[in-house]
Amino acid sequence: MPALHIEDLPEKEKLKMEVEQLRKEVKLQRQQVSKCSEEIKNYIEERSGEDPLVKGIPEDKNPFKEKSSCIIS
Amino acid sequence: MASDGLHESETLAALRSEAESLKGKLEEERAKLHDVELRQVAERVEALGQFVMKTRRTLKGHGNKVLCMDWCRDKRRIVSSSQDGKVIVWDSFTTNKEHAVTMPCTWVMACAYAPSGCAIACGGLDNKCSVYPLTFDKNENMAAKKKSVAMHTNYLSACSFTNSDMQILTASGDGTCALWDVESGQLLQSFHGHGADVLCLDLAPSETGNTFVSGGCDKKAMVWDMRSGQCVQAFETHESDINSVRYYPSGDAFASGSDDATCRLYDLRADREVAIYSKESIIFGASSVDFSLSGRLLFAGYNDYTINVWDVLKGVRVSILFGHENRVSTLRVSPDGTAFCSGSWDHTLRVWA
Repeated sequence: MPALHIEDLPEKEKLKMEVEQLRKEVKLQRQQVSKCSEEIKNYIEERSGEDPLVKGIPEDKNPFKEKSSCIIS
Repeated sequence: MASDGLHESETLAALRSEAESLKGKLEEERAKLHDVELRQVAERVEALGQFVMKTRRTLKGHGNKVLCMDWCRDKRRIVSSSQDGKVIVWDSFTTNKEHAVTMPCTWVMACAYAPSGCAIACGGLDNKCSVYPLTFDKNENMAAKKKSVAMHTNYLSACSFTNSDMQILTASGDGTCALWDVESGQLLQSFHGHGADVLCLDLAPSETGNTFVSGGCDKKAMVWDMRSGQCVQAFETHESDINSVRYYPSGDAFASGSDDATCRLYDLRADREVAIYSKESIIFGASSVDFSLSGRLLFAGYNDYTINVWDVLKGVRVSILFGHENRVSTLRVSPDGTAFCSGSWDHTLRVWA
């Protein structure tokens, strides 16, 4: 069983935990969105050429493409 | 004593006001680095062409709503679970059912395939997560080998094996997530912080280290350190329940799908939301999201029965897929990215490519 129930804690304890957590989060090292977005863009561009759902796969190579026109469903 | 009461409420008020001011500071710090939008950075990226994605397989056999599914690492087997209490393992190439087990409860909301391919985990209204070894012995009763691993005090909403068959991560309506040892059933770590039911979780890609993200009815997405049990980062920009969270392939970001009818992308290093995928015409909740192999596409299943395909970089929808006859409840891209599978309240699963 999980060790403690948040609902069972008194209000003060919950607030203390919240304040402590927020103090930690404020101190986080962050990077510029421009830099991070550039990295996401580069990561994707390097790989999207090989992404089967982006570029498509020839019918004969993809196991999910129809093999025959007869389907029993 | 009256003075103690006063002191108590002063402390509470002081804590509340400190929390508010810290939240304001957090917003400020995040805003300082918000110098551009992702889609602006992606302006010069070539637009995606027309997509021809169709249902290639329909898996029929569940007697009620399909609630969850997961792929086996072999890229062909799929496990799915349903409101009817059944968990089925399918060969998605042939659509044959290879295994089926009936759970003692209805609403099996979570299921997962073990990395080895030799077991599955599932649970739901029974408040547990159980592991079933998969056997090919026709005479053996799968249910007989069932192992109860996790125990929560409310429904199980999501489960995932970690990098091995030995540990399972769970999320629950009791507001917590937990890490369990499969063999002993021992609780290894619990994760507290959500203010309401936790609905989803996803493990970071193994190269990124020991973290996972969870989303809940408190509209928060939280990133956790698996070893310490601490929340590392939290994001509260959705306007309603977060039904699905999925790491972006590099592990530096994650996407979420919510009842507020939007999907969003959060960058972990920038510590903020960097994209929102929405349209005025989309008014139903997104239940499930997953990325294509490169991260260029985000597939999202919605409560209006459709699947929308988003260009992650440009923030626009590139395709809308019809086919399901009721809500899409679950969606996962196959391990090698050649197809994706969706499960629906229409009792079926569909494989698209």
